[in-house]
Amino acid sequence: MNALDILQLLSPELILALTGFVVVSVDLAMRRRDEGRTAATIALLGLGGALVATLLLAFAGTSTVEAFTLAIDPYSLFFKALAIVSVGLVILASISFMRGKSRYLGEYYALLVFAALAISLAVSATNLVMVYLGIEFLSITSYILASYFRQDLRSQEAGVKYFLYGAVAGAVMLYGISLLYGATGSVDLATVGALFSAEGDQRLLGIAAIILLLAGFGFKASLVPFHQWAPDTYEGAPTPITAFLSTASKAAGFAVAGRVFMVALPNLVADWTAILGSLAILSMTLGNLVALKQTNLKRLLAYSSIAQAGYIVLGLAALNPGGDFDGVGGLLIYLLAYLFTNIGAFLVVMAIEQHSGSVDLAAYNGLIKRAPALALWMTLFLLSLAGIPPLAGFFGKFFVFAAVVERNLLTLAAIAAVNAVVAAFYYLNIVRAMFFVESEEQKPVSVAAGLSAALAISGIMVLVIGIAAQPFITWISRSVEMVLVSGM
Amino acid sequence: MVIPLSWYLILAAALFSIGFFGVLARRNAVAVLMGVELMLNAVNINLLAFWRAIHPAELTGQIFAIFVLTVAAAEAAVGLALIISIYRSRRTIQVDALDLMKG
Repeated sequence: MNALDILQLLSPELILALTGFVVVSVDLAMRRRDEGRTAATIALLGLGGALVATLLLAFAGTSTVEAFTLAIDPYSLFFKALAIVSVGLVILASISFMRGKSRYLGEYYALLVFAALAISLAVSATNLVMVYLGIEFLSITSYILASYFRQDLRSQEAGVKYFLYGAVAGAVMLYGISLLYGATGSVDLATVGALFSAEGDQRLLGIAAIILLLAGFGFKASLVPFHQWAPDTYEGAPTPITAFLSTASKAAGFAVAGRVFMVALPNLVADWTAILGSLAILSMTLGNLVALKQTNLKRLLAYSSIAQAGYIVLGLAALNPGGDFDGVGGLLIYLLAYLFTNIGAFLVVMAIEQHSGSVDLAAYNGLIKRAPALALWMTLFLLSLAGIPPLAGFFGKFFVFAAVVERNLLTLAAIAAVNAVVAAFYYLNIVRAMFFVESEEQKPVSVAAGLSAALAISGIMVLVIGIAAQPFITWISRSVEMVLVSGM
Repeated sequence: MVIPLSWYLILAAALFSIGFFGVLARRNAVAVLMGVELMLNAVNINLLAFWRAIHPAELTGQIFAIFVLTVAAAEAAVGLALIISIYRSRRTIQVDALDLMKG
């Protein structure tokens, strides 16, 4: 492999890194005169370039290639595209939302671009050192972003809580990594996978390592019992950052967990699928039950996203290589659908927050009369979150549940089904408020251009994935084949 | 006399547990951060002990430990900045005073 090949393989990461630095420098040169608009434009152009580079690599049919300790395979390219799109939508919505709320918007956009870079590195890592560095890179940028409103008590609290939980989770994960290194003498995932056996003492050590590693991955993915930070951080952080944390950052947790478990611990597959299955039950049930009584919409969506994490992890818990529904494919489709759906829901929250300054459910009363378009988009996203066909969320749930049933995990399937019904209750409660509850306020809601563009993209993608799912499913099953072949 | 690997591992496990206890028991945010640093250094002892015992010829363990130190420093910088911003507006860094959001 010559230098030019490596440049091409790493082009998404290089473009993202370059964009981040350019955004900071340009913002410095502009002396903060235009409220970050130039910075946001450059960031969006850079993300666009990185997305094109990622898709070119994905459609060039690259099989697994390793550059340094990064795997450039369809699995990592899928998650890179996901992260770049998510950050792009967040930036598009931030242009109007963040204006006037902070003096340091150039750094804000740069940090978001760097967060996309961190996810790109983490999801392609084939080496435990790189896994650790990628996750910590993402964590540190997220801590700063969560507390970006420095004067706001809630945002400060969100940042500190996220930081304290994250630092501990990171240290616990690292202890697990050190055990894997000690057991095999290697930090390369594939070598660890080849050397780690499932017999006797090594199995006990392996189970300990799985639980320790899950502290780090589960923290990112906000799985119960590593979720305690999520409601407070989601509520206190600036809403665009909440949207980012609940989609791209969560997807990164699942992506890294999937690769590490499948490639480094294939001999312990029975143990980690059982552990993940129980975490799935806990996350779904706790998330949904607590969400039922929330009246703050950001907090409600936080608990909903904990419950969604439970459904998503079912994909890994029902891992079934060679089956019609292999589980990992369901995980990827779910994350793709969930990305557009959840960002879309948070975009509506941002629009209402900008208009009325409130994120309470009461602010949504009678929305259909004041802002019919917003109310209809929100209904679409909530129905997709509930998994109602033919929207994107339905396909996510369908593929994950199908894998669970095919593996004959019927208890798990039953609990997931009951949970889906409970969740529909609080999603439809918001729809009820928007359509059937009268409100005193009659002023129509105006939505900024960037935000409506992001809203339209998310909404159309939710419909497209729902109605024409086939191309996405084909792409995803190809990604899955690659990682399953290399891992098992 | 050569100190056996298990002694290092027991030391690291003890240090990790003490750090974790500090995280759970202390209410002062800086003290929590100190607990985290103990946990990270326990990992470093683990990494170096394994490196010495298994593959002294390869530098993996040593380099990993250096990365851990670097990341810990970056993390502490961000964490202390967050704690200072809390202190400026609330005049306290007790973590149980952070109770604006609940439920």
